[in-house]
Amino acid sequence: MSAKALGPVRRKFAPWNDPSAVPLIKIRDVSKSFGSFTAVNNVSLDIYEREFFALLGPSGCGKTTLMRMLAGFEIPSAGSISIAGEDLAGTPPHKRPVNMMFQSYALFPHMSVEKNIAFGLEMDKLPKGEISARVDEMLKLVKLEEFAKRKPHQLSGGQRQRVALARSIAKRPKVLLLDEPLGALDKKLREETQFELLDLQMALGMTFVIVTHDQDEAMTMADRIAVMNHGQFVQISPPAELYEQPICKYVADFIGDINLLEGRVTKNERGHIVLGSEITGGRIEASGETVAGLGDKAWFAVRPEKVSIDLQPPNDPTVNTVSGTVWDIGYVGDISVYHVKLDNGGTMRASIANTRRVVERPISWEDKVFLTWAPDAGIVLTK
Amino acid sequence: MKRLSLFNVVSLTIGFTFLYLPIVLLVIYSFNAGRSVAVWGGWSTKWYGSVFENQQLLDAAWITLKVGVLSASVATILGTMAAIALARHGRFHGRTLFSAMVYAPLVMPEVITGLSLLLLFVALNIDRGFWTIVLSHITFTMCFVAVVVQSRLSSFDRSIEEAALDLGCTPFMTFFRITLPIILPAVISAWMLAFTLSLDDLVIASFTTGPGATTLPMKIYSDVRLGVKPEINAICSLMVAVVTIAVIIASVLTKHQEVERERAERLAANAP
Repeated sequence: MSAKALGPVRRKFAPWNDPSAVPLIKIRDVSKSFGSFTAVNNVSLDIYEREFFALLGPSGCGKTTLMRMLAGFEIPSAGSISIAGEDLAGTPPHKRPVNMMFQSYALFPHMSVEKNIAFGLEMDKLPKGEISARVDEMLKLVKLEEFAKRKPHQLSGGQRQRVALARSIAKRPKVLLLDEPLGALDKKLREETQFELLDLQMALGMTFVIVTHDQDEAMTMADRIAVMNHGQFVQISPPAELYEQPICKYVADFIGDINLLEGRVTKNERGHIVLGSEITGGRIEASGETVAGLGDKAWFAVRPEKVSIDLQPPNDPTVNTVSGTVWDIGYVGDISVYHVKLDNGGTMRASIANTRRVVERPISWEDKVFLTWAPDAGIVLTK
Repeated sequence: MKRLSLFNVVSLTIGFTFLYLPIVLLVIYSFNAGRSVAVWGGWSTKWYGSVFENQQLLDAAWITLKVGVLSASVATILGTMAAIALARHGRFHGRTLFSAMVYAPLVMPEVITGLSLLLLFVALNIDRGFWTIVLSHITFTMCFVAVVVQSRLSSFDRSIEEAALDLGCTPFMTFFRITLPIILPAVISAWMLAFTLSLDDLVIASFTTGPGATTLPMKIYSDVRLGVKPEINAICSLMVAVVTIAVIIASVLTKHQEVERERAERLAANAP
């Protein structure tokens, strides 16, 4: 694939760190209750122009409700939402500067593809010539020129998804809301479409807010991700920060795989933490900062790919080492995940990249193994 | 294709005989050349000819048709509005009561509906005749329309309407540009149903009619009391034909759409 086919290069983009940057969307102290159930509980958030922002969480965490409040389909019980400095309280959905791509696509079944795309433009009462020019442009953008006259039910799932996308961006909204946009596609198509969406967002310079429960999707596409649970934000960070510096066990566990080792803080100096741990039977030495005081309970969180697995004990088996027996091996092709039953109870996972092309791996079931890691491989969490 | 077992064949035959034997007999005897209804006197279509020379019958048929079209149209509008209110507006105060009340006339004995309407017209001092029949037919067919349209709305994806709003369409225009075209087949079948119900109603029309407004079922009933003439067989066969055609059109309309959609979906699934 040539460089051109990949689209423009994504540069470092971090307006949220710039105190002078003015957010495009301001969500302030917003809550939404349905009867006695609180779907969204007092959240505040800034989203910047041209940002690709993901709301990530399990079903029922309030992410869809929050998005529907942006679109105007739900009215906040408390708090305010403004876009480009304009308070949207009392603005009905059909007068908001946002468009939405629905999870079910919600194409108009009785209209052809081009009529679907033209619908929003007709509502704006644009001149006929401009409408057809814009529809052609959109059809070209999503590569559906030859399907213009077809009805939605004559299209495949992937084609419908592209019609829904074209229809939602045809009006060139300030903000595009995407509700699980790739949820109905199969894995291969989903991965392709993720990058298409990214390129499109870059090319159009629009602000995208996406709702998803798929962490891979959020990690691949978003500039920042808000992890939600029980109607609140748990952490709002760029993907790498979310993965490498989760602020709590919930985020660490929700994004990717994690091993959590419980211990008590025995030393907490600048940038150097030592935990006493029953599971390892020795010390866990970690670099980094923690708010935990001496004697406090804490968890050392380390990702499987940052754990080494070996048949021989390391030089100093009392530090950052745990011994156990291989309980199960998950061979995925590119990596193998070793589930190790620890001698002192519990299990731990280590994943190893399969860099050599052999069928028989040196480590097998029921082998006695040692798991080790570097002090900066994991993070100490207190909650 | 699955083969029918003997048991199925027998039960099917008995069932259909039970349903259609009287109607088949009626149609056959409408082609009877003899004057007597019970004795077969060879084939003839002369009674159909005499139907079209009987001005009283033709007048009654014309009134029935007008009542049917008018009442079905108004009932379809009112019933659709009721169905939308019930299906859409979530839980409003008294929703359960309202929905039960819309369906109650479905099981209400016609005699009671007719009698209560008669009492109402008398109390309001309305001259009974053509318009009172229309009004009463609207009343009793409306609930059938509401049932048919509401069942269609229950499978309607609301996000389609939300998408229209999202694209800048007002709620009012959304109904006419999006909702109505999508539920139109159901609305048309509801109209057909209301029309056929009005066409063959005798009881309610008898209660609410006045001088000069005799519908076809009323005319037939009063003629039969003086003795069954073969002419009656002919006019009844014609009514059966009209109703059958209406039902076939309605079912073909919906079936055709389904088949077309399935075909197109198969095409799409096989597309590269």
